[in-house]
Amino acid sequence: MADDCKKAKTLATGDRTIPPPDAKMITIYIMGREYQVPETLTIMKAIEYAGYSYTRGCGCRGGICGACGTFYRFLGDYRLRSGLACQTVAEENMVIMQLPFFPANRPGYDLEQMTGDAHEELRRLYPEVFKCVGCGTCTRTCPMDIDVMDYIALMKRGDLKGAAHKSFDCVMCGLCASRCPAQISQFNAAMFVRRIYGKNGLPVAGHLAKRVEEVKAGKYESMLKEVSSMNPEDVKKLYVEREREPDMAEAGKWMPKDTSKL
Amino acid sequence: MSGYTPALMELIKKVEATRPARVEKARKGEHFPALTMEQRQEWLRQYHPDYKNDGRRAVEVGVNKGTVYPEEVSTLLESKSRLNTKCVDLSKADYETDLLVIGAGGAGTAAALAAQEQGLKVLISTKLRHGDSNTVMAEGGIQGADQEGDSPYFHYLDVIGGGHFSNQPGLVAALTNDAPLIIHWLESLGMMFDKKPDGRMLVRHGGGTSRKRMHSAGDMTGAEIMRVVRDEARNRANDIKVLEFTPAVELILDEKGSCAGAVLYNLETKEYYVVKAKSVLIATGGFGRLHIQGFPTTNHYGATADGVVMAYRAGVSLQDLDSTQYHPTGAIYPEQNVGLLITEKVRGLGAQLLNTEGEQFCFPLEPRDVESACVIRECMDIGKGILTPTGRHGVWLDSPMIDMIHGEGTVRKELPAKYIQFKRYDIDISKVPMLIYPTLHYQNGGILINEWSETTVKGLYSAGEVAGGVHGRNRLMGNSLLDVLVFGRRAGLKAAEYVKTAKLGSKLSLSHVEKFNKEIDKAGIDNGIESPLLLPDYAPEHVKARQIS
Repeated sequence: MADDCKKAKTLATGDRTIPPPDAKMITIYIMGREYQVPETLTIMKAIEYAGYSYTRGCGCRGGICGACGTFYRFLGDYRLRSGLACQTVAEENMVIMQLPFFPANRPGYDLEQMTGDAHEELRRLYPEVFKCVGCGTCTRTCPMDIDVMDYIALMKRGDLKGAAHKSFDCVMCGLCASRCPAQISQFNAAMFVRRIYGKNGLPVAGHLAKRVEEVKAGKYESMLKEVSSMNPEDVKKLYVEREREPDMAEAGKWMPKDTSKL
Repeated sequence: MSGYTPALMELIKKVEATRPARVEKARKGEHFPALTMEQRQEWLRQYHPDYKNDGRRAVEVGVNKGTVYPEEVSTLLESKSRLNTKCVDLSKADYETDLLVIGAGGAGTAAALAAQEQGLKVLISTKLRHGDSNTVMAEGGIQGADQEGDSPYFHYLDVIGGGHFSNQPGLVAALTNDAPLIIHWLESLGMMFDKKPDGRMLVRHGGGTSRKRMHSAGDMTGAEIMRVVRDEARNRANDIKVLEFTPAVELILDEKGSCAGAVLYNLETKEYYVVKAKSVLIATGGFGRLHIQGFPTTNHYGATADGVVMAYRAGVSLQDLDSTQYHPTGAIYPEQNVGLLITEKVRGLGAQLLNTEGEQFCFPLEPRDVESACVIRECMDIGKGILTPTGRHGVWLDSPMIDMIHGEGTVRKELPAKYIQFKRYDIDISKVPMLIYPTLHYQNGGILINEWSETTVKGLYSAGEVAGGVHGRNRLMGNSLLDVLVFGRRAGLKAAEYVKTAKLGSKLSLSHVEKFNKEIDKAGIDNGIESPLLLPDYAPEHVKARQIS
């Protein structure tokens, strides 16, 4: 190869797959096109190994951001499967298509104004939720193993607390919405339900409201000013001598010996 | 339990043999002794990657010329702009806004919301989707002194002690003072905090805390925060416009040297846009994807230090950027999970670190850098690490203890995301321990800011992981989610104040970029890299060799 064919130096290459020399290769089909990749890689790393550079369809690479929702089938098998590309291992004869984006309904709302019946608000914003046909495709599709159909049923019934908790692990990848025959954008409806439940359904933390008043009144400013202008050796002493709250102490009950800095 | 090999299952028996006695002690509150302050320093010097000389060198250009950084950081800072400045028509603005937010993670979104509440029009530029960030990946919790036996004062001591007293005191005071305000703000936005039936926040210890002040939402606290603040930003779409897949590539200054906007780049259409902005916030997050010293990382795909690069060319000073946080517990098994963050909450709930003999070798809740040094020491020096089938070293994290201490089902309830991520590979972490080793987690330093997120350039703000000084040379768990929101919000408020009186100069300019490129030439550097990098490059060698055009 001529010298001028050498590629420029690059940074940020640390997740490149370097397969062991005896790695077994498998055949996968990325949007129908055949590639050979080492086995045991995730779909995401297999696609990168094949030479693709992600712009869409890749986010946290740790199973929590919902950027890499993926559908796949195996050759010769009618079943449609789904998963997150960063969490699902590529297997022989997998035919893969990622779904980096799917249009979804999301009406805007003002949470501060929603002091009335939350169930009615849900009905107003997402009437389609109440048209769920109960086919269960969403549940079978969810890469987070959430029982989507069940939380939609809870929403219909007005059990928003149940729906909020049931949908909590949602990463908002949108795969459920892409398969819904009733055209529901489940993940957006669930986001709304969690917020309105978090605000109006969960009990308010009284101790927090009290502390906020104290902070706003400037109670800690002088204390913080004093300690932040001390010489480091004195701060070190305070740090080493500070008391540690016991692990099993009940929150709000335990008090330090020195209460002058509370 | 087919997820572990028979050889590893054999080793797990040793862990199970010592477990009943360890759980008994833990119930009584008896711990493996913590290191003294002197031992901490000694362990760090000997075993922490930051303290090694190889793989580090002085940067040769810019404001911080002469400062020693990791090789990857110095190389990046010495790279030329990807933008051909001559071809940019600055006379026409494609967008005009009060505040341009660069980066749409926790800090950027918090700033947008705070600024919008003050009446500003906000434009958010982000290279991936809104919310694609390290914020979304933070699992364990967010600190805030809101319990009766606690106060911002003690939070302050924990933060600055955890940072080995190298933090900027004013930033720590701002962080800890505002913490209850932030927790309260999130509660009012409808975040589902873990609470008791009477509304009291469930709180826990984290590494280096003197009080239980770690608030959580399951083990996806960051994801819950991000989706809540993003949802709120979407409700205010009239005033907060988000441009996804359109990162900033250079800042624009006016003739007085104040920040006046940025050039954006549409990753899909390859177009450049000029944004004229009365104020600009850099909230682009950290540098994990540079894979400092070859470590795997817990960071999201876009963590390539773009903001640092742009700010440095505009003459902004950096601080502590030579300091990198290695999270003590990154997964090393199975291979698909390598680098994956195992939240500190696992140790907060009582899980201990064990060597190949099933013995404890450190206090499980040391500050993170110290804890990492302890693990590296046990594997590399003492030689009691566990070897995985792919040749990685690590130690056990004994998660089954959690159910024994707190009751059956606690692991599934408190750590649902982790539970699923291992269950996929037939490993039930409520029954068998995990294998872990330190992983590159957090950029400790960054852009120099004051307690109102102001940089040394007028009209330019910075907040979140991209900024430095809050955590000094080591960050405690639960303070990054807090940091992004405190300083994001402060940036939004300060920008609103500034915009009211600020007068943009008439002449927009990219001459600072041209000047910087010239300085690189003068120093005789030609590393062939163009930056901001924007995205990592994970195509393998055999593909790269054929990409010849």
